[in-house]
Amino acid sequence: MAYNTDTHAVAVAHGHATFMGVDNRKMAFWAFIGSECLLFGSLISTYLIYKGKSLVGPYPHDVLNIPFTSFSTFDLLMSSLAMVLALAAIQRGDLKQGKIWLFTTAFLGLVFLGGQVWEFSHFYHEGLGLTTNLFGSTFFVLTGTHGAHVTVGVIWLLTLWVQALRGKLGPEQAITVEITGLYWHFVDVVWIVIFTLVYLIQ
Amino acid sequence: MSEQAHATTGTYLRIAAILVIITLIEVGVFYVPTFQPVLVPVLLVLSLVKFVLVVLFYMHLKFDSRLFAFLFSGPLLLAVCVMIGLLFLFFGAVRLRTGT
Repeated sequence: MAYNTDTHAVAVAHGHATFMGVDNRKMAFWAFIGSECLLFGSLISTYLIYKGKSLVGPYPHDVLNIPFTSFSTFDLLMSSLAMVLALAAIQRGDLKQGKIWLFTTAFLGLVFLGGQVWEFSHFYHEGLGLTTNLFGSTFFVLTGTHGAHVTVGVIWLLTLWVQALRGKLGPEQAITVEITGLYWHFVDVVWIVIFTLVYLIQ
Repeated sequence: MSEQAHATTGTYLRIAAILVIITLIEVGVFYVPTFQPVLVPVLLVLSLVKFVLVVLFYMHLKFDSRLFAFLFSGPLLLAVCVMIGLLFLFFGAVRLRTGT
């Protein structure tokens, strides 16, 4: 309670409060996340519409590796945990813990990206490219767009981590970490949906 | 409308444990042949639970202003409706053409 009251006070002091009593940066970011729902909704719809309509292989069951993707899912879930722990540390002014958890989040994001690069190159060697069939086109566009979002998130997190290393990330900047967290968790929930609809429901 | 306190570290850890357990159940269900007839609804429900947990606790929507919940759930609902509408449009058209 104390933190959020302080946050609101800081928002007021810096001209970021709205007449509704919320921070305008956070409000704008939630609106952005809302628009992202529509973007991923359209990509997932496209994947589902063309599911099972490929005339030539490889087909999903030929290439999708469930144990490997389960590990990627676990990795991304753990990165979300690291992100909330980073935010909690920054909010209580524990910069040391904040630095550790921010780096852990970025590192787990990099592990996920490494896995995706490996998966994409493996699929390519199995004969599945962007233009091979409908599965390839819709799969690569959907998961590639998600991967691009993860990449942006990792860069954002590393930027915050460098800021923390330079001692410029105190409780006053907690709202910045919170907004980064919102983005990161959104990327995580999108993956939760992709993992189920693309990988598990084949 | 005002913002409230976020969850505690203990809650974050419990949510993480629940998320991992649900993921393990999802993968387990995928490999057990007995679950094949109900695989899709079971996986959709489990996925929805994970989605809701992350949004409510990690994104703090449970504790934050209802305005944020509106800004998120409005477009999300629209996206789901568009998705269902498109699926009906495409698969309904196929059924009409083939007469099945």
